[in-house]
Amino acid sequence: MASCVLEAPLRMSVLSEVTASSRHYVDRLFDLDPQKVLQGVIDMKNAVIGNNKQKANLIVLGAVPRLLYLLQQETSSTELRTECAVVLGSLAMGTENNVKSLLDCHIIPALLQGLLSPDLKFIEACLRCLRTIFISPVTPEDLLYTGPDHQTILFNHGAVQNIAHLLVSTSYKVRMQALKCFSVLAFENPQVSMTLVNVSVDGELLPQIFVKMLQRDKPIEMQLTSAKCLTSMCRAGAIRTDDSCIVLKTLPCLVRMCSKERLLEERVEGAETLAYLIETDVELQRIASITDHLIVMLADYFKYPSSVSAITDIKRLDHDLKHAHELRQAAFKLYASLGANDEDIRKKIIETENMMDRIVNGLSESSIKVRLAAVRCLHSLSRSVQQLRTSFQDHAVWKPLMKVLQNAPNEMLVVASSTLCNLLLEFSPSKEPILESGAIELLCSLTQSENLALRVNGIWALMNMAFQAEQKIKSDILRGLSTEQLFQLLSDSDVNVLMKTLGLLRNLLSTRPHIDHIMSTHGKQIMQAVTLILEGEHNIEVKEQTLCILANIADGTTAKELIMTNDDILQKIKYYMSHSNAKLQLAAMFCISNLIWNEEEGSQERQDKLRDMGIVDILHKLSQSSDPNLCDKAKTALQQYLA
Amino acid sequence: MREAAARERDGLRFPSGGAAPLWPRSRPIGWRREPGLAPRPVTQSGSKMAEAGAGSLHGGDAAAAPGPAEEQELSRRLRRLYPAVNQDETPLPRSWSPKDKYNYIGLSQGNLRVHYKGHGKNHKDAASVRATHPIPAACGIYYFEVKIVSKGRDGYMGIGLSAQGVNMNRLPGWDKHSYGYHGDDGHSFCSSGTGQPYGPTFTTGDVIGCCVNLINNTCFYTKNGHSLGIAFTDLPSNLYPTVGLQTPGEIVDANFGQQPFVFDIEDYMREWRAKIQSTIKRFPIGDRLGEWQAMLQNMVSSYLVHHGYCSTATAFARVTDTTIQEEQTSIKNRQRIQKLVLAGRVGEAIEATQQLYPGLLEHNPNLLFMLKCRQFVEMVNGTDSEVRCFSARSPRSQDSYPGSPSLSPRHGSNNSHVHSTGADSPTCSNGVMSTKSKQSHSKYPTLSSSSSSSSSSSPSSVNYSESNSTDSTKSQQHSSTSNQETSDSEMEMEAEHYPNGVLENSSTRIMNGTYKHEEILQTDESSMEDSCSQRQLCGGNHAATERMIQFGRELQMLSEQLCREYGKNTVHKKMLQDAFSLLAYSDPWNCPVGQQLDPIQREPVCAALNSAILESQNLPKQPPLMLALGQRAERASCPYLNESYLFLLWGFPSRQVTLLLDSLPMPLREKVQKRNPLENSKFATAFICAGISSQQSNFKATAVSHQTSVFHLFWKIVFILQSVKILLPHLHSEKG
Repeated sequence: MASCVLEAPLRMSVLSEVTASSRHYVDRLFDLDPQKVLQGVIDMKNAVIGNNKQKANLIVLGAVPRLLYLLQQETSSTELRTECAVVLGSLAMGTENNVKSLLDCHIIPALLQGLLSPDLKFIEACLRCLRTIFISPVTPEDLLYTGPDHQTILFNHGAVQNIAHLLVSTSYKVRMQALKCFSVLAFENPQVSMTLVNVSVDGELLPQIFVKMLQRDKPIEMQLTSAKCLTSMCRAGAIRTDDSCIVLKTLPCLVRMCSKERLLEERVEGAETLAYLIETDVELQRIASITDHLIVMLADYFKYPSSVSAITDIKRLDHDLKHAHELRQAAFKLYASLGANDEDIRKKIIETENMMDRIVNGLSESSIKVRLAAVRCLHSLSRSVQQLRTSFQDHAVWKPLMKVLQNAPNEMLVVASSTLCNLLLEFSPSKEPILESGAIELLCSLTQSENLALRVNGIWALMNMAFQAEQKIKSDILRGLSTEQLFQLLSDSDVNVLMKTLGLLRNLLSTRPHIDHIMSTHGKQIMQAVTLILEGEHNIEVKEQTLCILANIADGTTAKELIMTNDDILQKIKYYMSHSNAKLQLAAMFCISNLIWNEEEGSQERQDKLRDMGIVDILHKLSQSSDPNLCDKAKTALQQYLA
Repeated sequence: MREAAARERDGLRFPSGGAAPLWPRSRPIGWRREPGLAPRPVTQSGSKMAEAGAGSLHGGDAAAAPGPAEEQELSRRLRRLYPAVNQDETPLPRSWSPKDKYNYIGLSQGNLRVHYKGHGKNHKDAASVRATHPIPAACGIYYFEVKIVSKGRDGYMGIGLSAQGVNMNRLPGWDKHSYGYHGDDGHSFCSSGTGQPYGPTFTTGDVIGCCVNLINNTCFYTKNGHSLGIAFTDLPSNLYPTVGLQTPGEIVDANFGQQPFVFDIEDYMREWRAKIQSTIKRFPIGDRLGEWQAMLQNMVSSYLVHHGYCSTATAFARVTDTTIQEEQTSIKNRQRIQKLVLAGRVGEAIEATQQLYPGLLEHNPNLLFMLKCRQFVEMVNGTDSEVRCFSARSPRSQDSYPGSPSLSPRHGSNNSHVHSTGADSPTCSNGVMSTKSKQSHSKYPTLSSSSSSSSSSSPSSVNYSESNSTDSTKSQQHSSTSNQETSDSEMEMEAEHYPNGVLENSSTRIMNGTYKHEEILQTDESSMEDSCSQRQLCGGNHAATERMIQFGRELQMLSEQLCREYGKNTVHKKMLQDAFSLLAYSDPWNCPVGQQLDPIQREPVCAALNSAILESQNLPKQPPLMLALGQRAERASCPYLNESYLFLLWGFPSRQVTLLLDSLPMPLREKVQKRNPLENSKFATAFICAGISSQQSNFKATAVSHQTSVFHLFWKIVFILQSVKILLPHLHSEKG
């Protein structure tokens, strides 16, 4: 602030057209007598009201820094501080340049500080001034909301309690603003949401008040906003998803908001909120899917701008055009939520008129929001085996999907690659064309991403791709990924990535020729990695997967020797045969079984070696096991010795 | 050995439910699939029903007929849900009807539980039951729920609506005027054997609700409290709640309001009230109330004048201090001509027209041809004077027409509030009662032979109306008690001048509007059928038949002449063909074209003539009232014009009604104000009663003579008032 004060005389000298009277007002602010200063401020107030020229003059003469200084001085009387705030507010009422000048002098923190004063009049003056400044389009909003956790700041300052009682105000406007406040406060904020459930006003809990505001004769705005509050509370876990206020009130209300009778804005908001509400709950998805023909209703979202509006009414066309993107992305989002879990719902969605065409078109729309929502929708529907085989193939959705994956932002990549995972399942007819269009390279690059979700999806898709694939594809994957990257992934901190990488290895190491081929080229590294994992601190699933890889290796003709010559590994297998976890025992047994199988060359030597290691004794023990799987397996293995 | 490889199937990213698709399923038209499964044991456990869900009905099997407490609860809930319904006149459904069901249906637990007791072999074994009463229109929005206690063998259950008389050996939805939602496939059936994919399937434990919106005539269903969306549109009126079952073991329980509903129907009702009220609030209206009042009075007055209610119009003009555009004599002339046409004396009507309005028919050759054709038909009927003069004895009855030109009741299409003449007491006819008989019969029944006995008591109706206003239930007995008082002198005079020549073989004057109205009230269907059997061509007179044939030739010539002058006219050709076809049958009244002989067919001819006369006098050929009503047909422009309006206006402060009252003649107003006009659906009846018993004897008497018409008129006024939102300018001032 001090620097501002110093600047003032400099500016003065530059300006020649400043009137003497303006200068007089500013001079008086520097008087030593506080009483005179106060009178000077009051006079200034009267002089600037409605006089833009005067305002501009005062600003260039450097009145603002001085006023702010007076406003912040603890020694200033409250009256003086209040008058200063009033004058500043008056200055803010002028041109946009005025507001800019005020912002340049850091007026916001000064005024916010003023809100802490005990004097109501002063607070009011500060608030008025703040309001004027924030209404102006030149003021950036983040000046007030500096962090993502301003919800928490407001919350910590008791916003909930203070706003709650406004919900029962007699004025509709007040009720509505309070409700809006809550919808913003609670949005994706579990802390606020959890608190709201237990707040009561006049003996009524907030959820009850919100439900009352959902009544069908209430204004649409009110219904929609209270539905948003309840949705946030539900998603935060503050209200159960099977609570009647969600199932019988919030959900139907949101479905109504999607109806043709509502305004386009309301329909967008309704669909988005509903999508959020039902996103993770299959029962809510089922209910929504049967409510008021929602799935059919949503198809209408794609009909803007309608052909009629184009001809008849320019205004309407403009309106429709403006909302067309929003409508489409909202519909895609809601379809995505609806079809997230239930196969019947997916089928219903795809049977909606031109649905697949709409998704395909959506994937190549200019609006990234629509593209993203379309991918989400596609992803949700791609969970259906039947659809993968039919409509997905008929509409060649893989083409636009591959296109979306090029140079897309991460958010889009995550969903798109996730969809690709499903399209690469072995029964998906899209698998071949996707491979041909260079998917391997793309997916391999994803595994190197900083983004965890992308790494998981990349390796996952490769795993799916490798399942029952031909030799060439497997080689391509290995080459594309490079051994270093493969081992990098095996040491990834995320267990999901590790699991999928092991899965990829396992899928690569299937069918004897493939096993032998891969082990002949990468045998050493793979055996190393396997040893490392079996020795490391990993969960059961990881170890099981690793043992399964060993079992696959043991199934190879030449690859077997890599195990048989590695005593360390053999000891580990032996160890897991007697492990407390039956799954690991079983997996270890697969290895043994493959190693001692009779008909194969050199089986006798292997059997002997393993007997010497004491494996047979363990097998005998296991053949007495209470676990029928283990028992059967052990008996079959023992039979190999008898033959 | 391959086991390890077999386990590598880790590929599928998301588990997907493998359930077989449930829908859509097609079905042959008008056919129900054959059962394919053996009967399953039926679960009757009551405890299961009582589990969670507010909609559960009676707790167990032990529950018999509902006790007085439950009955009270039911009444309380019904009153709250349907405040506009007068349950004395139009009772609400409270249970299934033991009389109106197929015999494969069994009822228990106070006729609320329905079970199937047939063989259930195929669709021919389907069985339905209707509720005791139809859904009163004054409900506005009606709702009931059905809980599936057991789906039985195949769960072929249908829940819906049907009109009275629809075959009960069927599931709801398969036939005309029948609508249903079926559990096995979730399809909706709209008067058709083939269903449309509509909603989910339903089965044991589900609660299915059915909501009828009588304002826009749609219906939607709910499942376990979730609205499934519109199932049917353009529903007719007077539908009964209906359920149908088809296989053994199927059991359902109804909830007509005995229990709280699972679906929040009251919320839905609130939405509709708010919707209408905001429409009304938004309706732009001028500030000066007087304008509306004048417009309204003009509407009523012009209606009365148009139809020739001369004395009523005069009385109305007197009390409202307005003037009538048309001259008295002109009105009377028109009335006279109309009466002639409606009495079937078309020849005389043509003569009178030519005499009173020279040139009119010459300028309207189409109208003339229409009249002549009608004249020919009336000759066959034996009513036209040209053949009647030959008649040795009067044909007994078929020719008479209920005197007053009661065109008004026909304008509103076959909607519910246009009915109930005939045997019904007029006070019951607030439009909510079910019509007991077919419209064409009950509306204008022909006179019975017995009518002559009471014919001397023509002025009786004044008293009748008195009794009507005080106690509607007594009105049936009016004829016995109403043999005094003066009648409207004007009407008597009119009657003297224009006796309806049908009944009188003697010269006694016995006919006037009033009298005839009486007759209508007394006729019933049996007497009409009696009379039908005695009809003969041209009254059975040979000379008359000759005259008719000659007239037919003239008519043929006229047709040819018109054809030469104006070109071919298919309408004329058809008209002529139909008329001549009557002669091809030995009993023209019971032949495929016999409908022409129905007196009701005189109405369009009469209306056309009346309009032509008015047009020639530079008066509107349609009264504004009728134009407004005509919009009713086009729902788009005036969607809510029926008595369901009362429901929607429910809860409006009575202040809003004052404007309506202001537009009424003073005595009427006073009467109405004494009641809370929107207290029940008898609002309109209140007007009538008030009008009838007012001090204005003229007004009174005339009103009585056209009681039915006036009754309907007032109903319509009420609706129009509502439609033009005339009721509610006060809302604006209240807002401020």
